[in-house]
Amino acid sequence: MSKNKSEYLIERTNNIYEVVIGLEVHAQVTSNSKLFSSSSTKFGAEPNTQVSLVDAAFPGMLPVINEFCVKQAIKTGIGLRAKINKRSVFDRKNYFYADLPQGYQISQFKYPIVGEGTVILDMPDGQKEIGIERLHLEQDAGKSIHDMDPQNTLVDLNRSGVALMEIVSKPDLRTLEEVSTYIKKLRSIMRYLGTCDGNMQEGSLRADVNVSVRLKDSKELGTRCEIKNVNSIKFMQMAIDYEANRQVDLIEDGKIIDQETRLFDIRKNETRSMRSKEDAHDYRYFPDPDLLPLEVSDEFINELKSTIPELPDDKKKRFIEEFKLSAYEATILVSDIEISKYFEEVISKMGKNQDIKLAVNWITGELFAVLNNKNLEIAESPISAENLAKLVNLIKNGTISGKIAKTIFELMIDGDRDPQKIVEEKGLKQESDPKALEALIDKIINDNREKAIEYKQGKEKLFGFFVGQAMKASGGKANPQLINEILKKKL
Amino acid sequence: MSEITNQSLTSLAQNIKDKKLSSEEITKAFIERSEKSKELNTYISEDFSNAIDKAKKFDQNPNLNLKLPGIPIAVKDLFCTQNVRTTAGSKILENFIPTYESTVTQNIWDEGAILLGKLNCDEFAMGSSNETSFYGNVQNPIDKGLVPGGSSGGSAAALSGKLTPITIGTDTGGSIRQPASFTGTVGLKPTYGSCSRYGIVAFASSLDQAGPMAQNVKDCALLQEVISTYDKKDSTSIDFKRNEFSKELTKDIKGKKIGIPKEYRVDGMPKEIEELWQKGIQYVKDCGAEIIDISLPNTSYALPTYYIVAPAEASSNLARYDGVKYGFRAKGENLIDMYEKTRSEGFGAEVQRRIMIGTYVLSSGYYDAYYLKAQKVRKLIKNDFDEAYKKVDAILTPSTPSSAFKIGEKKDDPVSMYLNDIFTVPVNLAGLPAISIPAGHDASGYPLGLQIIGKAFKEQEILNIAYAMEDKINFKNNITDWWIK
Repeated sequence: MSKNKSEYLIERTNNIYEVVIGLEVHAQVTSNSKLFSSSSTKFGAEPNTQVSLVDAAFPGMLPVINEFCVKQAIKTGIGLRAKINKRSVFDRKNYFYADLPQGYQISQFKYPIVGEGTVILDMPDGQKEIGIERLHLEQDAGKSIHDMDPQNTLVDLNRSGVALMEIVSKPDLRTLEEVSTYIKKLRSIMRYLGTCDGNMQEGSLRADVNVSVRLKDSKELGTRCEIKNVNSIKFMQMAIDYEANRQVDLIEDGKIIDQETRLFDIRKNETRSMRSKEDAHDYRYFPDPDLLPLEVSDEFINELKSTIPELPDDKKKRFIEEFKLSAYEATILVSDIEISKYFEEVISKMGKNQDIKLAVNWITGELFAVLNNKNLEIAESPISAENLAKLVNLIKNGTISGKIAKTIFELMIDGDRDPQKIVEEKGLKQESDPKALEALIDKIINDNREKAIEYKQGKEKLFGFFVGQAMKASGGKANPQLINEILKKKL
Repeated sequence: MSEITNQSLTSLAQNIKDKKLSSEEITKAFIERSEKSKELNTYISEDFSNAIDKAKKFDQNPNLNLKLPGIPIAVKDLFCTQNVRTTAGSKILENFIPTYESTVTQNIWDEGAILLGKLNCDEFAMGSSNETSFYGNVQNPIDKGLVPGGSSGGSAAALSGKLTPITIGTDTGGSIRQPASFTGTVGLKPTYGSCSRYGIVAFASSLDQAGPMAQNVKDCALLQEVISTYDKKDSTSIDFKRNEFSKELTKDIKGKKIGIPKEYRVDGMPKEIEELWQKGIQYVKDCGAEIIDISLPNTSYALPTYYIVAPAEASSNLARYDGVKYGFRAKGENLIDMYEKTRSEGFGAEVQRRIMIGTYVLSSGYYDAYYLKAQKVRKLIKNDFDEAYKKVDAILTPSTPSSAFKIGEKKDDPVSMYLNDIFTVPVNLAGLPAISIPAGHDASGYPLGLQIIGKAFKEQEILNIAYAMEDKINFKNNITDWWIK
């Protein structure tokens, strides 16, 4: 099996197969209330405490669309560079299940609110465009809990009626890395827009994964299988890897792939058949007669367009132009809206005479390492942008050396301390007075005359020894650049 | 003063305002008569002692500015009433007590009315004779063994039997107008979107509409004025300027153009219906209106269209009655088994028939041929009316192709039963308002009704025409109180 950056091919004795992947991402709309009722959507509440009569489908209860959710869907559509449909229709998807109180899910079938769009992926070997087929609004179901009671299944309807956006990609994804990058990019766009928090642990983002395989260079799509409801990028990748190989094995054995719905068993790392095409539900979609077609005007859409913030692709472009960042650096900094905000705040706090490169290195290096270790989001960073800016400035203006800065950084973590104050308190200010340093170096050369002679005779490696001695004698505070210059002169 | 229960709403309200009668006296009079009328089987749930308490409370501090001051009213058991059992005529909701109130009933209580109880109806309003109710047949006060029509059969029977001074029903395909016609009373189906559907047990959402039923046109107008409000809780409720129907009511219909659709002259229609229609035509002429022959060419497709659209919506609307959350639940081996047993035991035969029809016409492979085609025909039917209304202000037809039939007569022949809605169904498909008024009797002395169909939102127009005709017709309902021993 080859896992090149741009190619994900499955090799067998005589054949090489390409994997074709499409994703149906279910993203929970960020909204205080549900799609058709005023119940709260807050995560983690006691079971069945956020359920209105509408959510529980009491007789005579009627859905009323939440305008905010409509706006969120349109904003997301704009973020996906997609066509916004001025007229869309809510349909009923009919099926029986204990956690589906109405006996149908209100969704959009024929006429979704958002049509075709594009997501740009920054892959290591360049950009790749992934087509968006559509985005539609729908209700979430409740939750069936099978493992709390030995005899009964319990149902929690808190989630029943929560607004979801189903974002359907075209079958344009080809590698596991692309799947990961695509999910992250979608998440990033929606977080920029504030339309979905993208929290996969809380189930705010989950996906149905469509996988098919075909002989490399073939133009026809193979029969696909849909793996339902996978809720992490890692599991998506594992599921795809298993499923693609399963399909290739079937073809190699001369067998036929059944179009079917499968589920991914994370414990066994395998996909299993849920139901075949023949057993597929007949959802009997039809327009919901309780709701009128959803019509939005150009003004409504334009108004929303005017509220769209700078999105990752534009921000990246600007970062590269304005701050002279590399594409790689810019990609990292715009990947999450909070990181980009932090970065821009650091830049603004640094004032004039700023060293952006240095700031980027500190953010993506030391700061990310700390966040990673402590498992924190950047919004929870123990070091504020203001103090990090001060630290970078202290290095830039020569007050401290990079090495001392690391010491100070460690001290800053506890309580977001001001690096300037740490420098003063601990007397860590860098020694940059040439006269003082010359005196210090004179003494070192005097104390190590033999080594000085050896150096002059050509043992150049000893230069480092003298630097070390000088740093040691200064308690690490000596300006390393000056030390170098003076040593070169004196030795 | 005539006996309390014989008085119209207008007269009762006036007597309360003049302090000649108290709410308690009136309420007790209707309760007393209701108690003596058990044989009619009009009530599914009585709320009499609460009604008397409410009447007493009203009398202590009467607000005489209200439109229904202290007036006791029994309503169809399809309206959800807070803390009062609401069954929709079904076993599956036998023990269902809503914690909420429908907008239409709330509007009535807000104008001072008092709930007497919940009236029998066909199960989930599916029926034309009240015979599909889990709670038994309703007797038509007109004669023993006669159906009151349906689905608002209990409402019509209670009204004509003087057990309630006015009432409300719902009309999906004729469920107000047909029973009104069968019982010699007035029933209005308002424009779709005129009365809120919030809190009304749904049958077919795109057709369901609540409406007033009364002894005369003026009472009907007043009740419509109370119940028709714009409601944000119903997305299909329409925000339009509503008339003060009872105040604006006039008998002056001079120069109005009344259409007579030739397609309503159906094969096998009894001669007396044709004669009634001709009489009606003469009445409106006498009132100074102009008669114009019109054509509604797609009329014959209305019934089959209705019997695709309505069951399709019903099959989905009734999916929520699954034994999981509320209502009847049968014991099952597992979830699917529980569903099957609950719905087999909880729903009656007619409801099951319509769920199956609806499921069939929506299923993949049949959707285009049935549901989608029906939607297209529905549009054509609406276009027919739009065309006709370029020439006329209203349309006059019989309400039903026959008078009330015997209990059991059509029970096992659904198609013959469905044919009873032939004149009323097109109106629902087009979302128009229509009123049925009593206009004569057949050979057996059973009442016959005429229907006036209006333009959308023109309830005032058809109420005025009905008001003018009522005067000319001078209909007297022949109620013998045969059931009171």
